Amino acid sequence: MSAVMETRPVSAHKAPAPVTVAGPVTQIRVVRSEWTKLRALRSTRWSALSAVVLIVGLGAAIAGSGTAYHISAVNSAAKGVSAALLGVLFAQLVVGVVGVLTFSGEYGTGMIRATLAVVPARLPVLWAKLVVLTGLVLPVTLLCAFADFFTATALNSARGGSVISLTDPGVLRTVVGASLYLTVVVVIAVALGALLRKTAAGLSVFAAVFFVIPIVVNALPHKITGFAPYLPSNSGGVLWGDPLSTTNALSPWTGFACLCGYAVVLTGLAAWRLRRRDA
Amino acid sequence: MIEIDGLTKRYGDKTAVDGLSFVVEPGVVTGFLGPNGAGKSTTMRVIAGLDRPTSGTVRVNGKHYPQAPAPMAELGILLDARSVHPGLSARGNLLALARTAGIGRRRVDEVIELAGLGEVAGTRAGGFSLGMGQRLGVAAALLGQPQTVVLDEPVNGLDPDGVRWIRLLLKSLAAEGRTVFVSSHLMSEMAQTATRLVVLGRGKLITEASVEDFTGHATTAGVLIRTPEPVRLGQLLAAPGITVTNDGTDVLRVSGITAEQIGTAAWRAHLPVYELTPTHASLEEAFMQVTRDSIEYHAGATR
Repeated sequence: MSAVMETRPVSAHKAPAPVTVAGPVTQIRVVRSEWTKLRALRSTRWSALSAVVLIVGLGAAIAGSGTAYHISAVNSAAKGVSAALLGVLFAQLVVGVVGVLTFSGEYGTGMIRATLAVVPARLPVLWAKLVVLTGLVLPVTLLCAFADFFTATALNSARGGSVISLTDPGVLRTVVGASLYLTVVVVIAVALGALLRKTAAGLSVFAAVFFVIPIVVNALPHKITGFAPYLPSNSGGVLWGDPLSTTNALSPWTGFACLCGYAVVLTGLAAWRLRRRDA
Repeated sequence: MIEIDGLTKRYGDKTAVDGLSFVVEPGVVTGFLGPNGAGKSTTMRVIAGLDRPTSGTVRVNGKHYPQAPAPMAELGILLDARSVHPGLSARGNLLALARTAGIGRRRVDEVIELAGLGEVAGTRAGGFSLGMGQRLGVAAALLGQPQTVVLDEPVNGLDPDGVRWIRLLLKSLAAEGRTVFVSSHLMSEMAQTATRLVVLGRGKLITEASVEDFTGHATTAGVLIRTPEPVRLGQLLAAPGITVTNDGTDVLRVSGITAEQIGTAAWRAHLPVYELTPTHASLEEAFMQVTRDSIEYHAGATR
């Protein structure tokens, strides 16, 4: 260490604080920022379009083929609507990808560093991402679910099936429930992306929880599948009558509350990790 | 102003920065030098609040940056690795950052022009060259007209025109009274741009000095002699601790001895001298010397 020089800095240049255009960070501003990103990305438009096609298109295809649906003692009006909402199962994959990518995409490209450097408090970024995504998924899927309902029921009655009305028992809950289900799914997906940071990991876990585990559990002997109704896809599926879910142990809103519980816990963990860990 | 006090950052059992303390003053360009892995980028990430210090404190303009109400007014940062979204245009990337501080489109267009990105502002950033990406990163750092600007290797990948742009930009930012802290591995670039230097080796502060002091005190500083008798004068001066080099012309380069001593010795030996010029080590030589020392010191200490 021969060349250590003990020199203190030269006297500070005493100038008035330089002008700046930057204002304080507010939650609303961070929401606008996240909306700017989401709106400008091509993947957002493709995802929204594919959700429409999957839900409405598949519903029309189901209602327009096979035998027309007739309401009976075992086949309720709501059950018929649920069958036409089969596309929700595929749309949830789209919603999951969009949700996971919200954070994992930024970690993957490095943009997260720019994002968190301008919002060093960090948590506003998580809240903003949740606001813009739920604000996009809720109206889009609500529109899809209603479009699906009107198309499918019109096709069904035109083909000689029963006339199904929104006022029939459980029908409105089923239609709105499909949209609510997908909205909570996107929250879970955002939290998974923030927690795992890697797109591959986030999507794997998402697919495992919503597609693989429910199928595996269905194949297991009944004695050890007591938890099956509490799986996210099953608990949330009760609200809109997921046609593939065979467990109906929970009431619709209890099941939905259970799904929301998962979303809250995962979001809490994501917030904790976002605050505590290096970006 | 950036004040770093006793900063230590460990990743697992690897210590990236070890007990670092220094101050970066406003109004001048401060260069941040050190070999690869010295901890420069880590230090800058901690300044930006991206990494939490293991111990020690970092203050930006006297405040704890993560709690600053208007972060973009305090600090603008360009990080070494890319930090843009490839799916967004240059304008889209900047606009997304600008929105968080209520900065309008006019300022976004202003920094786009300033960074020379006017023609590609609407192009997706994923297709940008390294140089274009750097320009976009610098534009992002300047967006909020921050009081402190931190740039990690800003001239990386820039063409000569871009290098000149950065040089003038840094000086004008400093002239406006802003704090400018910039890392580079291009010593010659730093010699032309920076006024002060902070030199890092193996996560520890090696020196904090003005560029002049740094190059002037390095032991490779020497004396240039022009003489018709280079061989005889070379033999006369040769001694332990003194190095004499002669490239076959009438010029000798000598270090470890002052110009006064050489002049007296030559006069006594009746050897003519046409020129006797004390030279400063180039920043690059000075840098190599101090960092080599630090590496040897650490290698010895760990065994």
